[in-house]
Order: sequence, then structure tokens, then C-alpha cells
Amino acid sequence: MTRDEAFFEFLLRMGDNTLILGHRVSEWCGHSPVLEEDIALANTALDLIGQTQMWLGLAGEIEGKGRSADDLAYLRDAWDFRNVLLVERPNGDFGQTIMRQFLFDAWHSLMLGRLMQSSDTRVAEIAAKASKEAAYHLERSADLVVRLGDGTAESHARMQAALDDHWPYTGELFLSDAADKAVAEAGLAPDPASLKEEWDEMVTRVLTEATLAIPEGAYVHKGGKAGTHTEHLGYILAQMQWLQRAYPGATW
Amino acid sequence: MSTEWPLWEVFIRGQHGMSHRHVGSLHAPDAEMAIKNARDVYTRRNEGVSIWVVKAADIAASSPSDKGPLYEPSQSKVYRHPTFFDIPDDVGAM
Amino acid sequence: MYAQMVKSTGKGIKSREEMTDEERQFQDRVDADEKIEPKDWMPEGYRKTLIRQIGQHAHSEIVGQLPEGNWITRAPTLERKAILLAKVQDEAGHGLYLYCAAETLGVSRDELMEKLHSGDMKYSSIFNYPTLNWADIGAVGWLVDGAAIMNQVPLQRTSYGPYSRAMIRICKEESFHQRQGYDIMMKMAFGTEDQKKMAQDALNRFWYPSLMMFGPSDKDSVHSAQSMAWKIKINTNDELRQKFVDQTVPQAEYLGLTVPDENLKWNEETGHYEFTEPDWSEFFEVIKGNGPCNKERLGARVKAWEDGAWVRDGLMAHAEKKAAKVAAE
Repeated sequence: MTRDEAFFEFLLRMGDNTLILGHRVSEWCGHSPVLEEDIALANTALDLIGQTQMWLGLAGEIEGKGRSADDLAYLRDAWDFRNVLLVERPNGDFGQTIMRQFLFDAWHSLMLGRLMQSSDTRVAEIAAKASKEAAYHLERSADLVVRLGDGTAESHARMQAALDDHWPYTGELFLSDAADKAVAEAGLAPDPASLKEEWDEMVTRVLTEATLAIPEGAYVHKGGKAGTHTEHLGYILAQMQWLQRAYPGATW
Repeated sequence: MSTEWPLWEVFIRGQHGMSHRHVGSLHAPDAEMAIKNARDVYTRRNEGVSIWVVKAADIAASSPSDKGPLYEPSQSKVYRHPTFFDIPDDVGAM
Repeated sequence: MYAQMVKSTGKGIKSREEMTDEERQFQDRVDADEKIEPKDWMPEGYRKTLIRQIGQHAHSEIVGQLPEGNWITRAPTLERKAILLAKVQDEAGHGLYLYCAAETLGVSRDELMEKLHSGDMKYSSIFNYPTLNWADIGAVGWLVDGAAIMNQVPLQRTSYGPYSRAMIRICKEESFHQRQGYDIMMKMAFGTEDQKKMAQDALNRFWYPSLMMFGPSDKDSVHSAQSMAWKIKINTNDELRQKFVDQTVPQAEYLGLTVPDENLKWNEETGHYEFTEPDWSEFFEVIKGNGPCNKERLGARVKAWEDGAWVRDGLMAHAEKKAAKVAAE
């Protein structure tokens, strides 16, 4: 794997994470528990879509085959997607959505913080913009996790169930493969494993305040980063890509 | 039915160092969330740099029936306004 | 319009002689274009009519999120997805501003929600029509938002202060909505054969429902006369409908699309287009609940509200716990 191949791979991972999570969060629009939350979730989704445009735009540039961010989002099949499995998991109830968001935001804000030091200025610039957004997402999702975890008996039970469901999917965020090692060596991005300790601390602090118990099992569901996804991604793409696929070459 | 979240009045200071201005209201369970909601609801178009929230129920307001006694007396204090005074043009800017 | 067929509570407009002193003073203030504020004295009929009108308007905004929200996950480019999401989010915001305006009249948002869910309060008939192809998103922005703006711009001058201020904010934000709709229509109408077909199909389906948005003719309605005297309704339904047709027909021509009305023609003498009235029996069926999407739309709102109850309760419970803790310290 050349440096640029690894770099491309890394950029797809960043962009596909935000693309798929943004897509999921946007599904809430018009269906949230309260208007204020509907508006807030849409803001999060809009930030993620904007970040996707930047990451996938840069990915296309590095690949050098003339593919735009839209080409990458709308014209790849599932096996070419590089997002972690966590972000494609269904929205479930509001608690599952917020827990998924929190677990991701905690990783995302750490990752973006490190990427601001990337040896590639384009990466550093995207990270600088995105990290402000991610910091707010984290503040909000962590706050909601605490409030709902330590709210009513029902909200507590639902948040615990959400945590139990998502937990086995968090490990993938910290797995390193050859591409990760190559970009780390080039100073482009941190080795994902190096974020684990800080993430653990941050997540433990919030979950403890939320009176939630961290699941004991150590099993890690993985595959997304290498293109082996859950069944859910296919449905997401079927919706997302349908117009582009049905009417090739049209401009919208 | 469950209890409804209280209503908050939102005040935002815009970009240019003006005072906080009332922009609208929203619902939130407490002040901290009211500020976050205000950020998401009322600054989507880059409208503000600072947010105040006040529980609507905590606002003390003047009564409309006092309008006459409260505000009309100031109408006759015309000398408080600069246009009351005639200054000759020759004096220059003042 | 977003608030269609709002009935005022009175039986007609009172003459000055029939009015009480308070009513006369109130009407004088309205006539002098003074704004009425929440704590001011107001006739009970004014208050009730406004709650219905603002409430219906607010409901229309949040139910109106649904037909467009339908397409957020299918938007054909990242930019279109972001624009559409931002637009539908604005509608949630507009609903929020309007609910807050209604609340100044002594009704809570939860009460209004319950009335929507039980069917006691209505929302605009237009949102009971489906969005079937991507050009519908263009047509909704161009025609539906276009029709809404016709009504909302004059309402910025309405007599009730909080309503007027909400409309000012809404109109400011709304200005991009119609343009983004027309922008989609241009892409479609000047695109491939398939896209043109989608654009024409969208116009065919949304033309008459858009004309219905203004409501049936109200030139003889006592309710409308009262609302106009109170300045909570500024123009008659027919005036606005005519203005909408006059403005929209040339825009359709520019797109090379055909307005689905064989009788449509320019009248040199009046300076207006002549057009076919929509089928009002269809309108009344839709209002009654027999539109193509009534059940889905209301069902989606009720589901969101019921599924969200534990969230609203959980957050409130946490805030109360925290407040109790602070008080104990």
C-alpha cells in the first residue's frame, strides 16, 4: 500500500463515518420528541454533512481519478464504504440515537483534536473547523446521556439498554490496520489505538455521572473499516443513492 | 399527562456589541438546556455571540393599565431631546 | 393558506354603537395600527380566533416538515441534502416561534399539540398531498412556499404584537425557501427528458392543491370580515389567489412547463389571468380527513409525540432532581 493509497483509505473512513451518521441523524427531522430537539439534531446532521463534503472532497483529490465528494458518496457500493459499524446502526429510540452519538462524538472530538496537528495542512484545516462542531456535539450528547441516564426509571432503563446494545461496536473505533499504521507513520493522522485511553476516561466519567453501568463483555464487532458491513448499510445506500443510480449522468 | 417544560425568554447579543435583545422564547427543562436550545434555535444564521435566558414566569412586567401614568409624563419633557434647542448654523457641529 | 377557514367566534362585526367602551378603545387602537400586546385588554373573540389561527399556522409548519422530510434521505447530492435539511429544520423553527406566540394568549404548547392530535385543530390541507418524485421538493418550495409567502408578508403587519414579530422572523428566514424550490425546478425543467417529466408531473399534482391553500372565496364571510377588522387577516382569499396565479404563471412559462388549466388565459382588460377554480369538493374532503395522506401525517405526529414522552419526562425529572439538590445545599 502506497502512502497515498493509505491516505485515501483514511479520508474515506473519516468521510464515510460522517456521511452515514449524518444520514441517520437526519432521519429524525420532523419526528423528534420535542421541537427544540428536532432543531438541534438537524444542526448536528448538517454539520456532519458539511464535514463529509470536506473529507470526501479531499479523498477524491488524493485519489486523483477525478471523483468528486458526490461521486464517492453516491456511486460506491457497500463494500467500498469504510465507516465503522457503529454509525450505520439504526436510530432505534431517541436514547439509542443519543447514546450512539455520544460514543461517536467522544471519539470524534479526540480524533479531530489530534488531526489539527496533521502533517498535511488540508487535513489540519478541515479538522480545525470540524473539531469546533464536534466539541459542541459532544457537549450536547454527553449532557443528554447524563440527564436521561439519571432521569426517570424508564429513561434510565432505556439508556442502559442503549449502552448495552452499542457498546460492542465501540471497539472498532480503536483498531489499527496497515492503512492506519501507514498514515500514522507519515504523521498524517494518529494511530486509532492511541485514542483509547483518553476515550475510556471521558466515557467512563460521563456514564458514571449518568448512573449507567459500563457493560462487561469485551467482544468487538468489526468489519466496517475494511468494507464488511452490517445489513443496514445496504438499505441506507439504496435510499441515498437511488436517484443517482436510476438516472445516471443527470445533474440535480 | 406529564409536566410541560417551562417557557424561557431568550435574549441574544448580536455581532456588533449591541445590548442583548429579546429574540423569542422556547421550552427547556432548566436554564442550562435553555441556553443550548437557544443556541440551536435562535443562532442558526450566525445571529449571536452571547445568550441570556430568563424563565418567562420570573419576569416582572409593568401593567398595561399604568401606561398613562408611567409613560405619558415623559412626553412633555421635550427639552430632553437635542432637537428642542435651536443652535445657529454658524456655531458648527454640536 | 397555512391557516385556512379560521372561524372567528362572533356572529358578525359589531357597530360602534353596539361595542362596549373597552371594545371601542380596542378597535381604535387596531385602526390606528397600534400593536396589541399580551397583557393588553382584548375581546375574548379576538383572543380565541388568534389562538385558532396561530395554532393552525404552527401545526401546518410542523406537519409541513413531513412531506419534504420524506426526501431528506433520498436527496440526490450532498448539497441538496444539506439545503433540504436546513429548510425543513427552519419549518420546525417556524412552528416553534408560532407556538410561542400562541402561548402568550394563555394556551400551552402541550394543549395545542393535544388538539392537533385529537383532530380538534387542523393544519393546512396542502400537507395531506404526497411528495412522489424529487421535483415535488422543487414544486413545494416554488408553489407551496410561494403561496405561503403571499399570506405571510402582509401578516407581518398584523395587529397582535407577538404574531407580527414571529411573522417578521419567519419571512426573513423563509426568503430562501421559495428560491431553492425554483432552483430545483430549473435544474429539472432544463435537465434530461426524465427530469422534465418529473417537473411537469410535480406541477400537475401541486397546482390545484396550491390554489386551495388560500381557502374558498370568503368575500361574503362574516368571519373573514371580523378578522380583517381586527387586522389578523389582511387580504381576502381571492385577492391572494389571484396574486399568486399572476405571479406564478410566467414563472411556469419560463420553465417551459404547462400549467394544468385549459382555461388559463391573460385578460388584457383586468390585467390578471383568468383561471379555473380548484375543485372545492376535494378541498372539503381533504379537510374532513379524506386526503391522500391525512392518516400518515397525523399518525407520524402522534407517534413522535408519544414515543418522545419518556424523553421529555426524563429530562424534566433530571432538572427537578438537580434543582432539589442545589436547594438542599
